[in-house]
Amino acid sequence: MNFLLPTWTLWRRDLIRFWREKARVAAFAASPILFWFVIGSGFGNMSTFFPGALTMTVMFAAIFSTMSLIEDRNEGFLLGMLVSPAPRMSLVVGKLLGGATMAWVQSLLLLSMTTVAGYPVDNIVAAAGLLWLIAFSFTALGFLIAWQMNSSAGYHAMMNLVLFPMWMLSGAIFPPSSALPWMRAVMSANPMTYAYSALWQLLDPKADHFASVEYCVAVTAGFGIVLVLISSWIVSRPSTRNAG
Amino acid sequence: MILSVEHLKLHYGQQRALEDVSFSVEAGELFGILGPNGCGKSTMFRVLATMQSQQSGTASVAGFDVLKDPQQVRRRIGVVFQSQSLDKYLTVEENLSSQGHLYGMNGAPLKARVNTLLDKLKIADRRDSIVKTLSGGLKRRVEIAKALLHEPQILLMDEPTTGLDPVARLELWSYLDDLRKQSGITIILTTHMLDEADRCDRLLLMHMGISVACGTPAELKRNISGDVVEIESDDAESLRQGVFLHFDKQPCSVVDGKVRTIVADGAKFVIEAAAAFPNAIRGISYRKPSLEDVFLKETGARL
Repeated sequence: MNFLLPTWTLWRRDLIRFWREKARVAAFAASPILFWFVIGSGFGNMSTFFPGALTMTVMFAAIFSTMSLIEDRNEGFLLGMLVSPAPRMSLVVGKLLGGATMAWVQSLLLLSMTTVAGYPVDNIVAAAGLLWLIAFSFTALGFLIAWQMNSSAGYHAMMNLVLFPMWMLSGAIFPPSSALPWMRAVMSANPMTYAYSALWQLLDPKADHFASVEYCVAVTAGFGIVLVLISSWIVSRPSTRNAG
Repeated sequence: MILSVEHLKLHYGQQRALEDVSFSVEAGELFGILGPNGCGKSTMFRVLATMQSQQSGTASVAGFDVLKDPQQVRRRIGVVFQSQSLDKYLTVEENLSSQGHLYGMNGAPLKARVNTLLDKLKIADRRDSIVKTLSGGLKRRVEIAKALLHEPQILLMDEPTTGLDPVARLELWSYLDDLRKQSGITIILTTHMLDEADRCDRLLLMHMGISVACGTPAELKRNISGDVVEIESDDAESLRQGVFLHFDKQPCSVVDGKVRTIVADGAKFVIEAAAAFPNAIRGISYRKPSLEDVFLKETGARL
């Protein structure tokens, strides 16, 4: 059975749906830059918080994009998808690509402000590539959580419970180097720490060296791959919940 | 035999959804699963559609076991769920082409197949409409087109006419009749409606997770010999006792506030009863048994 065709069609579907909701498109374009502008102004300079704003934009957009999975389940589309013979992993990856693409494009809008924020653009292509990887891996995290949820209210509660602590302990607020040892241990177990560190190092030559960029990229990619495998396994199990 | 179910059992915790259900369906049949809400027919439907696993027993669909070869089964069945499965933000054509892609179809053959189905289901003029702007009847037709896109051997439909107005319902049935004439496809549907059950070649009656009876509507009705008499009265219970004694311990019961009994000659009985209880009877009628009567006889419950 063809793997790419189902993946491609689900990806395309999410993008079409997104494009047809103009309010979403407007909020999508405005929010990251607004967010960076407001917090950056609060910090008193536009550069300190730039890598943090970038990480937050891509991760939150990636994870919250999986809200559409709850809609798909409630609207019955998910069931139609599952009853098809498409390989389960192609369904998972198809869903992830839609959310990841939108999160990525959103983060690129902010990345285009790199010089305004006072950073060099030497590694900007690598940074864009890394943002894609982060977008994909964290969409996979969102997928895994969204799969377990029945209502959007439960989904939001769960996301706040998981996402905000992960982001606060990623190094975007305070670097691991200044944290107490036990906190540094918690931060080293947080996959977001690696994503943030890699991004920070690519943008800022004076960034803290938490671990090498290669190592951080490998952790982020490995995190995404493991989540895709777990998701595919979970999706392949029949469940009464699929029937709504 | 295109589908066979043997000793299927499925419990949700303490709750019995299916208990030792067995039946089979021949290729080309229109087979109905009839029962009230909660009788297990939707659970049965989900097992056949590979969306739920039974605890014991086997189900084979189009020659493949639903547990061992779900992918092979999925290729050969078209499924119309009770809830809609269309993407309401996409157009009719986009929904159908996405469906084709999920089934590995692409390019010119997919386009041709989409056009054929749009014509057959008379929705070609709505191909560019966003699904959420369509009426319930039209949406159901798109659902059917979607289910038939990959030319399945078996069409599974869960309560296909639920939520449709009478006109849309008739249109749907006339389309299903045409479809069977043209393609010889096997159709399996669940329903709680008697007129739909009567259209089926064969029926499985289900009640509380158990298969109660199986056969053609005519066979099932033949199990009840005689006519069904129903008598309306202001005091049905005392009339029931009166009828019981007057007609030599004739078994009768009160169903929905009416005295109900089955007799060999309905016409004769009605005249005699009307003469015997002139004041107690508000209305009296007799008729040939319906599937509802069959169900009542087998289960003691109403549909």
